[in-house]
Amino acid sequence: MYELSLMALLAPLCGALLAAFFGKSLGKWFTNTVTIIGILVSLALSTLLLQILIHDPSQVLNQSIYTWMTIGELKFELGFLIDNLTASMMFVVSFISLMVHIYTIGYMKNDPGYHRFFTYISLFTFSMLSLLMANNFLQLFFGWEAVGVMSYLLIGFWYTKPSAIKANFKAFIINRVGDFSLLLGIALLFVNLGTLDYILIFNEAETLSNIPITNSSSSNISTITLSCLLLFGGAMGKSAQMPLHVWLPDSMEGPTPISALIHAATMVTAGVFMLARMSPLFELSTSALSFVLIIGATTALFTGFLGLVQTDIKRVIAYSTLSQLGYMIVAAGVSAYSASLFHLMTHAFFKALLFLTAGSVIVALHHQQDIRKMGGLYRYLPYTYITSVIGTLALIGFPGFSGFFSKDALIEAVHHSNIIGSDYAYIAVLIGVFVTALYSFRLLFIVFHGEDKFKGQDIKEPSLSIVVPLILLAIPSVLIAWPTIGPMVFGDFFINSITQPSANDLFGFEFTTPISFLIHALESPVVYIALLGFITALYLYIIKPELTQKISNFFKPIHTILLEKYYFDYLIEQGFGQLFKKIGNEFWRIGDIRIIDHGLVNGIGRNIQKFSSELRKIQSGYIYHYAFIMILSLSLFLGWIIYISIEKT
Amino acid sequence: MITLQSYLTLSAILFAIGIIGIIINRKNIIIILMCAELILLAVNFNFVAFSYFNQDYTGQIFVFFILTVAAAEAAIGLAILVTLYRNNESIDVQNLITLKE
Repeated sequence: MYELSLMALLAPLCGALLAAFFGKSLGKWFTNTVTIIGILVSLALSTLLLQILIHDPSQVLNQSIYTWMTIGELKFELGFLIDNLTASMMFVVSFISLMVHIYTIGYMKNDPGYHRFFTYISLFTFSMLSLLMANNFLQLFFGWEAVGVMSYLLIGFWYTKPSAIKANFKAFIINRVGDFSLLLGIALLFVNLGTLDYILIFNEAETLSNIPITNSSSSNISTITLSCLLLFGGAMGKSAQMPLHVWLPDSMEGPTPISALIHAATMVTAGVFMLARMSPLFELSTSALSFVLIIGATTALFTGFLGLVQTDIKRVIAYSTLSQLGYMIVAAGVSAYSASLFHLMTHAFFKALLFLTAGSVIVALHHQQDIRKMGGLYRYLPYTYITSVIGTLALIGFPGFSGFFSKDALIEAVHHSNIIGSDYAYIAVLIGVFVTALYSFRLLFIVFHGEDKFKGQDIKEPSLSIVVPLILLAIPSVLIAWPTIGPMVFGDFFINSITQPSANDLFGFEFTTPISFLIHALESPVVYIALLGFITALYLYIIKPELTQKISNFFKPIHTILLEKYYFDYLIEQGFGQLFKKIGNEFWRIGDIRIIDHGLVNGIGRNIQKFSSELRKIQSGYIYHYAFIMILSLSLFLGWIIYISIEKT
Repeated sequence: MITLQSYLTLSAILFAIGIIGIIINRKNIIIILMCAELILLAVNFNFVAFSYFNQDYTGQIFVFFILTVAAAEAAIGLAILVTLYRNNESIDVQNLITLKE
């Protein structure tokens, strides 16, 4: 089991290294083969691990494999914790990664950075797996940062494009804010418990709830709450929760395959994964959970609205991703980690699918991303159209599709919860369902229906390597929930990895089969709200397209606010950006220029020069001067020695 | 009876003459060499005097060595002087200021 995990982790790394060092000389075929084999090995081994764990959930692997360094009592180790949570995440990640690898062959066919791209995505898979497989906070942090770096490199993949460079810089810096918070959280746990190991920390966590954070009696925040909040700060950065969400829409500057892999399916869900992994900690702090819930609900609702006004095909889906991430965080906030992970999994499939269909459209239209210039494409791109309909239906939660089960389960959990903020969250996610349906169908109708804007042009379905992953992703988007909802959400699939209340406490009803859940869910308002959204979209974009203009004119201020993304970018740029620029300028002026440049570097040289120009005046060149100095100093030394010897006696 | 003190005084006078000769002389380099010899002789004088008054012959043996070394040193010094004269056409101390640069 240990060997299997190690191989699953290292296979993508090997693929990436081979592609990086030999790809250029051995050609494109070599590059994509070797990286795909790496991912394939990972996928096979993840499946095997998952199977072993499903068969016998007690076979959890928790082993340190390497001691990086020891400082006194402090031990930094690398290790694996493979349980059902890890194994299922590994499966999802490597599956999506494989699809994206195959897709990339077609998508990046004529790109000069072909080898670089394959190297990056394989390295990303390696980083993501090491994040998932960690058994201690150090390795989690390593994976966390490594996926951040790969995301940075991939957003700025087309590095000659100024907007891409700006976007990757933005993503990196905003993620730093979250990562700093995560680091503080880890440090707080370490200071109090003296270890970085997950299991040891979880076992000791109970004691933390009694420790106040400071010695002063006035504060009533316990250590556990603060550390949970700090850890969640990290998740907010990586999973793009408000107000740290601004980097995700801009990250769409990168190539579409990585938008699907990193910025929809895997990396951005790392925050959700971490919440589930840390469930023993979060369960101890209701106030932290409430915070998580409120942030998630706000993100779920308000980023959805932004999707309504975007005109870039990828940005619409990006805002949809933000909103769905909000849903997952909401589920974690009401302790329904299993529902959260279930939604993570189904979302990974259908959102990757939606992104890849968007990529397919973009390729077919020769890198046109503006949806206002699209229309009537269903005639030309039948496969893309069908798969994108499937993705959309899964996203809005059409009964029977995977998204329906996951979204319904988590809304059910929010409904049934009664922690602080759950009422607000329930309303937010319900409105969110309407908004989701509206923007999803808006996108679908504008891109694929409406008037045919490409009459007479030669537009055809891209190559096979693009179409096949679409189909392979469409299948789980429809079906994955049927066999998995029982064990994952209502059963005890996560019994060995997640601490959460029993399904009965969470959802408040008995689950027997997916069919019974379906029938039960049809009684809840969710489906009808989604239907309403669909009808609205149908009316606005198919039946009466001229109405949209009127509405946006009528609600001009709101429309402007949405177009400006609630002025978050503006605030950050003008507020924090300017502030830090000023601070940096001062540091540069005083620290760099004055102290280091003038004082240390030039100062040393200048003073030595001054001193030595004084000193060289002694050098007259006359022999008798030297002789005189010699004799003088000799007699001084002699006198000194004699003086000392007299003193002694 | 000549006392040890008289010998030492004489030797000190010789030594002082040698040193002053080196420091004050600004003309001829040969005088510097001669003064150096004079200093050595003053030291030898001390050795012999002490050896006589202490009834210990080690000092006198030492003098032999010093004389030998002094002779060798004088030979080298004069040889350098000759080459110096060949190059500079002068043995004036005032002109030997190349160390300044």
